[in-house]
Amino acid sequence: MKIRNYWNLRDWGAGVWERANRPQRVAIAITSIILVGLLPFAGASFLATPIASYDAVLVYPVGVFVLMALGLNIVVGKSGMLDLGYVAFFAIGAYTMALMGTHTGLNTWEIMPFGIGFAMLAGVLLGLPTLRLRGDYLAIVTLGFGEIVRLVVLNSTWSKGPNGIANIPMPPDIGPLKFKLDDQKVFFWVVVIMILLTIWMIRRLSVRRPGRAWEAIRQDEDAAELMGVPTLKYKIWSFTLGAAVGGAAGVLYGSKNLFIAPEMFTLNVSILILSCVVFGGIGNIWGVIVGATILGYLPDRIRFISDARLLVFGTVLVVVMNFRPDGLLPRKKREKAIVKKGVNA
Amino acid sequence: MNFSVLTTQFWSLCIQGIALGFIYVLISLGYTMVYGVLRLINFANSEVVMVGTFATVVAQVAILKNPATSDPLHGTRLVLTLFFALVFSALACGLLGVLVELVAYRRLRALGTNRLASLISAIAVSIVLSEAVRIYTHSAPVTSPRLLEKWSFGEVAGANFRVDTVMIIVSGGIIFFALDRFVNKSRLGKAIRAVSMSEENSKLMGINLNRVVSLTFFIGGLTTGAAAFFYTTVYETTQFNVGFNLGLAAFTAAVLGGIGNLRGAFYGGLFLGVLEQFSSAILGSQWKSVTVFLVLVLVLLIKPSGIFGEAVQQTRT
Repeated sequence: MKIRNYWNLRDWGAGVWERANRPQRVAIAITSIILVGLLPFAGASFLATPIASYDAVLVYPVGVFVLMALGLNIVVGKSGMLDLGYVAFFAIGAYTMALMGTHTGLNTWEIMPFGIGFAMLAGVLLGLPTLRLRGDYLAIVTLGFGEIVRLVVLNSTWSKGPNGIANIPMPPDIGPLKFKLDDQKVFFWVVVIMILLTIWMIRRLSVRRPGRAWEAIRQDEDAAELMGVPTLKYKIWSFTLGAAVGGAAGVLYGSKNLFIAPEMFTLNVSILILSCVVFGGIGNIWGVIVGATILGYLPDRIRFISDARLLVFGTVLVVVMNFRPDGLLPRKKREKAIVKKGVNA
Repeated sequence: MNFSVLTTQFWSLCIQGIALGFIYVLISLGYTMVYGVLRLINFANSEVVMVGTFATVVAQVAILKNPATSDPLHGTRLVLTLFFALVFSALACGLLGVLVELVAYRRLRALGTNRLASLISAIAVSIVLSEAVRIYTHSAPVTSPRLLEKWSFGEVAGANFRVDTVMIIVSGGIIFFALDRFVNKSRLGKAIRAVSMSEENSKLMGINLNRVVSLTFFIGGLTTGAAAFFYTTVYETTQFNVGFNLGLAAFTAAVLGGIGNLRGAFYGGLFLGVLEQFSSAILGSQWKSVTVFLVLVLVLLIKPSGIFGEAVQQTRT
């Protein structure tokens, strides 16, 4: 393989982190969290989005995309299974929020566990029969699952079909922090907290048994099975955890948007989230975050060329994938799989 | 639930299903040929179909000059016009297929990187294609001139043999047969099969890999373009987003039959077309995709490599 000598931001970042001692690490972490938390106040700078409200863009698409991309990264990046129906879990979370929010007196935080639970349940139900499949077959089955979920809510009466569900309640205020439509800073901070929890979960799991099992499955499933890794069990775990993050993102999205309809949960969302993962650097949490931030933010930033923005978006994606095929911030060389020729052959 | 159609319209649904199935067969050849050679899902193929439908309209308008007033054509002139539109659409799609390969796949293939990067780059190319057409047509549907008056040859057992249905079945069959002969008998076809078996070994045998890959994309584009022509002739309207559903159905058909396998795509496409017709007649057309996907999941669970299997090296493209 050709040695490519582009500047490696990922290794530089990892180097800084590894050289730092504990207080320095805490300082770095706290500073970056505060900087991210202050992002909604930077709306007047060059970051401003021309048409959509800036702090709304930070919540959706940017924040929700980062959250979902992290969830999908558990499935695609960590354990190497191609999931093209990730939007299904997002939809399940959002519809749980919409139905329970309008029919029961529960608030967003009380519905959150239900949304996550239903998404995980769907993950197990889908995973048990299908995770024996590999590669592209898994991709098409998950793609079909995503479409089935969308078509079922589109054609059922309980979900009000194509009209969607309106009047979903907002989250209740937390002390002095109020959730408002025209000022979505609090939503943004909630998303950031959810992202931090997800990062924490992924990092903890990565260094423990499930992380090692996923890594083994990703590199060579047959070898992992032979070494005694219960591959099906850990694949389902990976799928279910990814589903849980998707479900949580869905609940938050429903509660933020106040209205959901089936057309918001098309295959395009799954593909976009997958693009975030691959564009940023598959398998590397920080790469995925950067990728999702850019792909979520870019179309809104370039809205001044309104009609052609998706065209520009597609072109950028082609160029970047051709010149940085491992993504903007690829995972460490050491972690790269020994690419097995014709894995699905 | 309306099971009475099973007795009243059985043969009629069958013949319509087979005609629709042939459109799927021809599109799924675009997926299956590429998959056989590169082991990659050619996601951009759905947008190649879409461009093909527009190419058909362009060709028809170019011939008819004044499509709004002219009457449907007859006789030799009709056959020649249809044939020209078919060839034009097929060639346009074939060349577009080659272009897609150059832009989306070639560099990544040379680097030998992960398959996901190629997947995303193909998806990005399809975004570019559909967006370009959307902007050019202002998202409005485009109607094709009515070349072919839809007269019927007559009814057999309640099945209506309309001229377009017959045309699709006959020419679809011819195209598939020709392709099957080409891949299995000709020298170039042998090269394609060799590359699909082993890239390294075929390179050692002196096969020009890039040329074979381009050829595969070209042939896949040709059949896809033919399908786009049939689609436009039957439905007489197209839009920037027609590719998505057609591509999804055709890809499902390819997987159903065993992706990478020419004959698998044939039977998979026909089966899917008939299944879609029956499920929309019985359950209502909004549930047809759900039925299709459920059948797909069941097939994959029982036989994970599709009905006809993908590992049959002899019949593989």
